[in-house]
Amino acid sequence: MAKLYTQESPKQKNLQPKKESIDFILNYSKALSVINCKDKKFELLLN
Amino acid sequence: MIMKQELQTDSVLVRNYVDGDEKALSTLVYRHKQKIYSFIYSKVLDRDVTEDIFQDTFIKVIRTIKLGKYNEEGKFLPWVMRIAHNLVIDYFRKNNRMPKFDNSGDFNIFSVISDSSLNVEKQLIKDQIDNDLQKIILELPDDQRDVLVMRIYKDMSFKEIAECTGVSINTALGRMRYALINLRKLVEQKNIILTN
Repeated sequence: MAKLYTQESPKQKNLQPKKESIDFILNYSKALSVINCKDKKFELLLN
Repeated sequence: MIMKQELQTDSVLVRNYVDGDEKALSTLVYRHKQKIYSFIYSKVLDRDVTEDIFQDTFIKVIRTIKLGKYNEEGKFLPWVMRIAHNLVIDYFRKNNRMPKFDNSGDFNIFSVISDSSLNVEKQLIKDQIDNDLQKIILELPDDQRDVLVMRIYKDMSFKEIAECTGVSINTALGRMRYALINLRKLVEQKNIILTN
């Protein structure tokens, strides 16, 4: 049989981000606060 | 409480998040994580890069909402997908000139290094092409041949060629143009194959 050299299609069953990625996002959100000062906005990242 | 949040629409959750409800963001992330992650993976086909872009997407989402720049006109998920899509484009732009690794299976060293030197067969073909080319160049009118040789073989600029041959740059350019047109004609006439 001739060999097939086509690229294997990626298996995309149940692709989920890692728990660490989700935790990072949620923690980032908790740490980020925006301070309004007159007409300016300041981002503050508190770890 | 969690059950109640699960039933809420995206726009209600976004509003709650704007009002400081961090759990609303958590619900949004868990609700849409698979669609967004799969979308990114379908484009970049690399788990690590997908994780990075997924995180960057939500960092952008969080910053935009917290800075009050998110408008309710569009739907939440299509908006997040658009951010992810733009970040995927940025990723490909950045990596355009970098070596690519194929991580889908076993590590293949030839995906990073390549042997650019010609093998014996290709060297023979190249020599043959060079020979054929030199023969037909000799058949060009003198003025055209001089310009072509100076430009291609001696790597001179058109300014230098113009000075050397005592003509204007435009004339030198014109001669080069006709030299190439005539070369193509000669190649056709003589049925010479100049590719390997």
